[in-house]
Amino acid sequence: MYQYDAVDQEFVADRSREFREQVARRLSGELSEDQFKTLRLMNGLYLQLHAYMLRIAIPYGSLNARQMRRLAHIGRVYDRGYGHFTTRQNLQFHWIKLRDAPDILDQLAEVDMHAIQTSGNCIRNVTSDPYAGATAEELDDPRVWSEAIRQWSSLHPEFSFLPRKFKIAITASAKDRTAAKVHDIGLMIRRGRDGQLGFEVIVGGGLGRTPYVGPTITEFLPANRLFSYLEAILRVYNRHGRRDNIYKARIKILVAALGAEEFARQVAEEWAKIGPEGDLPDTELARIRGAFATTVFEALPARSEAFESAKAAHPALARFARNNLRPHKKPGYTIIEVSLKTIGDTPGDATSDQMDVIADLAERYGQDDIRVTHEQNLVLPHVRLDDVPEVFAQLQAAGLASANVNLISDIIACPGLDYCALANARAIPVAQQIAQTFADPDRAEAIGELKIKISGCINACGHHHVGHIGILGVDKKGEEFYQLTLGGSGAEDAAVGKMLGPALPYDKVASAIDTLVEVYLRERQEGERFLDTYRRTGVEPFKEAVYADAH
Amino acid sequence: MPTLIRRLDDDQFILADDPFTAVADDEGLPPGDVIISFTRFQAEGDRLLTEGRAVGVRLEPAEEVEALAYDLPRIAVVALAFPKYRDGRGYTAARLLRERFAYAGEVRAVGEVLREQAGFMVRCGFDAFAPADGASPQDWAHAVHRHRHVYQRAADLRTPAFVEREGG
Ligand code: HEM
Ligand code: SF4
Repeated sequence: MYQYDAVDQEFVADRSREFREQVARRLSGELSEDQFKTLRLMNGLYLQLHAYMLRIAIPYGSLNARQMRRLAHIGRVYDRGYGHFTTRQNLQFHWIKLRDAPDILDQLAEVDMHAIQTSGNCIRNVTSDPYAGATAEELDDPRVWSEAIRQWSSLHPEFSFLPRKFKIAITASAKDRTAAKVHDIGLMIRRGRDGQLGFEVIVGGGLGRTPYVGPTITEFLPANRLFSYLEAILRVYNRHGRRDNIYKARIKILVAALGAEEFARQVAEEWAKIGPEGDLPDTELARIRGAFATTVFEALPARSEAFESAKAAHPALARFARNNLRPHKKPGYTIIEVSLKTIGDTPGDATSDQMDVIADLAERYGQDDIRVTHEQNLVLPHVRLDDVPEVFAQLQAAGLASANVNLISDIIACPGLDYCALANARAIPVAQQIAQTFADPDRAEAIGELKIKISGCINACGHHHVGHIGILGVDKKGEEFYQLTLGGSGAEDAAVGKMLGPALPYDKVASAIDTLVEVYLRERQEGERFLDTYRRTGVEPFKEAVYADAH
Repeated sequence: MPTLIRRLDDDQFILADDPFTAVADDEGLPPGDVIISFTRFQAEGDRLLTEGRAVGVRLEPAEEVEALAYDLPRIAVVALAFPKYRDGRGYTAARLLRERFAYAGEVRAVGEVLREQAGFMVRCGFDAFAPADGASPQDWAHAVHRHRHVYQRAADLRTPAFVEREGG
């Protein structure tokens, strides 16, 4: 966890003070709602159908116990006792009163948190690998770079009024858990032939109504040149990105219009003019690296007898271990992923009580470290295998022990028609129906990794384009219909899914998913995930089965 | 005489008289110092300068500062237009004027210029402001001085956090 110094603390305190003044001007009537809009949007405060929504930044999805408890407290006092973890590792409270917002920001500032740049046409919260610092796969700790970007992008003088919002993701592992290729900029840490650290730079990915897997514009950028290069990309975008049409304003449209090669050339030209002046000194990068509290690991045997015998005695624990644990870089430790996809609940929601439980567990058993994943789950990244049975028991007691990470019921769904004014169709009940259909955990495990993602309209908040199975709500003469896509992925093998066929009515979606799964189970070869089978067989067998059924 | 907010070298903000007249392309030229469009400057700039007037050029967001590079030494004011406060191209233009072309004249923000932008504008090198929201120099100073720290190097030469930290 990065430790704020006085500079960081005073920065968020100043920001919070500024917002308090702005809210006072609004409440006194000095500012109209229209004038106030731009100000509140710079602090993550949205006006929604029924109330204000506050989006709190969780930079690169990293929290400590004290911060998680503070979020729980805010949920309890100022909201309805729960919050919603988002696909960008943030937390949203949906029932906020305007007059409370300044107090909430002050409370956040006390624990080194803020809502800066969680909305508006600026550089948004940087996302990163939730297993950072815990996985053996990584070449470097991406949090160091994420924190440096967080600081560099905070109230950036030149890039706070971009054509459109701007999202950066960083990963340091070959296995991409950040969806880097569908971000405005995806940075993948690489090691050059001489051992030097650098970045593969991917620009212009995105979802929404024009989904793109972003092209690589630089295969290897030396790590110490990152900031001048980011400045060059942002400057080219700030000058040339479209501002005449909100749907064409993201950088992906500029990159696609110019072509990746020409875009890369313009960036290189600008980068040469900026020169190393625009880089962060190595000393500051070293300081940031040092400001991450070091995690001290005990020397443990790789195998924990306590854990093994508990698993043998408790099949539920064994199932949880199969699906929710990931290998840790240190022997005797594990990464625990906590699913927020309890069957029947809203994906991504956690109650304040649940947040407190996670905080306690992190403090007692997890090196005071908690992460949020872009698939809307939580992670305890450093738990001793010996402690897993106890952690599991406590998660179970809190309703947080669903053993379904990466399985068919680990669904991403946007708020859809239940909460969102832009929606064509409901999303959450569709997710719930599918989860119910596959409630049998043996069957879910037999199916294996299968990512279903649901959006209630083309804005794609539920990332349907990159679902192995994507579901998009469409409106047909006032009725809810759902367009299915297959073969998408947001990981290192990123792809945009392809349409299966005509859209299906609401009550046919879950059974169509069931059919797709049956085809996969019939067709699959040894070791294949749903996605692999689809990529091998193509769409035909799936299409045939679903539309034969429909008639 | 119309007024504008001016930033002084010691980072104070004052209300100052504006000696320039902003002239639209379809208007006749009054006597005295004028701010004209880039197009008009290309056609009439030489003549106006030889008449001994101070001349300013107004750049629209889509007009690139590079086009002005060779004329900068004889231009007294570059007025960067913000047709909408949301249009952020002027920030890049200002930084390039100051940092890349070492422009020492006045860089003025005109159009939809609101106090909430003050901090960003000053950081990018603007030193004159024609606010559209009736903000006073006090409002401007308040907005600019609100943040005790900045994280980036920019045209205003404020000490960024990473340098501040080395000192501490
Ligand atoms: C109910 C209120 C919501 C509304 C009105 C809304 C609206 C929108 C709109 C209009 C866009 C498209 C923006 C663009 O393409 O530039 C968008 C994108 C997005 N939304 Fe939402 N959204 C809502 C809730 C959410 C929630 C709860 C999440 C997280 C679970 C979310 C995640 C996203 C993401 C990740 C994108 C970016 C997709 C991309 O990269 O193109 N949204 N949203
Ligand atoms: S995808 Fe559409 S329906 Fe879903 S939250 Fe976004 S805007 Fe609303």
